[in-house]
Amino acid sequence: MSKEKFDYFIKGEKGKYEVVIGLEVHAQVLSKSKLFSGSSTKFGADPNNQVSLIDSAFPGMLPVINEECIKQAVRTGLGLNAKINNYSVFDRKNYFYADLPQGYQISQYKNPIVGEGKVLLDMPYGSKEIGIERLHLEQDAGKSIHDMDPSNTYVDLNRSGIALMEIVSKPDLRSPDEVNAYIKKLRSIMRYLGTCDGNMQEGSLRADVNVSVRKEGDKNFGTRCEIKNVNSIKFMQMAIEYEAARQVELIENGKKIDQETRLFDTKKNETRSMRSKEDAHDYRYFPDPDLLPLKLEQKLIDDLKKSLPELPDKKKERFVKEYGLNAYEANVLVSEKEISDYYEEVAKQSDKKLAATWMMGDLFAMLNDRGLDISKSPISAKHFAELVQAIKSGEISGRIAKEVFEIMVESGDNPKKIIESKGMKQQSDPKKLEKMINEILSKNKDKVDQYKAGKEKLFGFFVGQVMKLSGGKANPQLTNEILKKLLKG
Amino acid sequence: MSLDKEKIKHVAKLARISVDEAKVESLTKDLNSIFKFIEQLNELNTDKVEPLTSILNQSLRSRKDEISDGKIRDKILKNSPKENEEFFVVPKVVE
Repeated sequence: MSKEKFDYFIKGEKGKYEVVIGLEVHAQVLSKSKLFSGSSTKFGADPNNQVSLIDSAFPGMLPVINEECIKQAVRTGLGLNAKINNYSVFDRKNYFYADLPQGYQISQYKNPIVGEGKVLLDMPYGSKEIGIERLHLEQDAGKSIHDMDPSNTYVDLNRSGIALMEIVSKPDLRSPDEVNAYIKKLRSIMRYLGTCDGNMQEGSLRADVNVSVRKEGDKNFGTRCEIKNVNSIKFMQMAIEYEAARQVELIENGKKIDQETRLFDTKKNETRSMRSKEDAHDYRYFPDPDLLPLKLEQKLIDDLKKSLPELPDKKKERFVKEYGLNAYEANVLVSEKEISDYYEEVAKQSDKKLAATWMMGDLFAMLNDRGLDISKSPISAKHFAELVQAIKSGEISGRIAKEVFEIMVESGDNPKKIIESKGMKQQSDPKKLEKMINEILSKNKDKVDQYKAGKEKLFGFFVGQVMKLSGGKANPQLTNEILKKLLKG
Repeated sequence: MSLDKEKIKHVAKLARISVDEAKVESLTKDLNSIFKFIEQLNELNTDKVEPLTSILNQSLRSRKDEISDGKIRDKILKNSPKENEEFFVVPKVVE
């Protein structure tokens, strides 16, 4: 593969502008109960049924931290190659909103649990490192529903108090494509670790997007705007494109960009100012007097480090080395833990390279068509491996394999049974093939003469006839060889 | 540091405390004198002192990840400004 060059700039009248992006990703921690209370975190429960007196901020209630949430944050930090802080502090971030009954969010400000780290992205123009500024633990807020009643807002506190990890990147991203790759990589790492399910439909992964622009080559950053709470990669990309174009236009018209909080309107495809958030950055943080500082034993961190699973970057390296895959194949196959597990299961029992090709081709296309995850694949890894082996050994041709594949999807049967019961075995007996080919040649004497007179395109016609007569079962390589031989004679 | 009337009003607004316009003047005076008293601490050099977040020299106590609470909707919703069986209902807040 030839390497492309990075080329994402906004073209203005007065030159090219580079887009600078930083993300604050809010990832819901996978845990049974909430960060500071024993209520369930399960998605989709009846409204306000997973709310304790702590989550609804009754006076006198005291928060007690969930040890699993601490471990999940440390695991994630380790997965991001980040520094784990042995000492961190919980602060109150004060703001007023209907779905925040405490009037403050318990978060971490000056001393987060995880410090600087990094994430590697594979871009078409090479690998790129994105810096992580920090990761801290905080509470989620409740959910406001505005469309159930014309004059009232309904509030569901089930989400209130669920643990979030806020992962803050450095302003290292430069295009919507890099944002896409970054979110996918973060999601993949967390799913490998089992620290966040990454389900964007259910809001387990959302981001605030910081965007600024500057003339190509400028060293200083421009004034940035923060687009709040965007919940899909596509919307993030659309918001960035709109916002960058808006900022370039302001600059070119000699106007000033206000540092402000904006929201992305998905219906109108535009960002607009959230005037009500004028005071939003006046959070008056202070250490939460209800919570002591969090001190982590080095042993706990070391133990968690030892128990981490193999992560995508390492696995990719191993796939290239152990299975002889190219970087692209390895990258696709490690993107989800379930996919890599399936592949390894198949590769154990069949040709490794061919398994990768068929997985990334027909299997993925079929899953994609049906909107299925690989864990729900109608074809088991064992059956898929048998199919790959049947192709590899020459028992069936690639063309027949596609038919067998279709039947496997519909019936769930193993390929051996299908090949035998439908008589789909490849015809690889040279004598039988030769007989069949001779028959065809004698029936088409005129075409044989034309071929010999130089009309070599007719070779394809003969191959077609052989395939037709054999019901697609003739071994293609052997057919070619025998045809060539007989047509010469 | 000294506080002017605007700052007092701003802080009151952030904290959702309603302050009578007639009281702003005296409040400003009071708070400024309190600030002045506190600012005596600035005479100390604290460059190498970590901020004290707790007077207890202990670490945070934690609990196991178990579901032990919730399912008390009726009790909790008694505090909703308007009555509803499932939700808290508040005056419309929308962007």
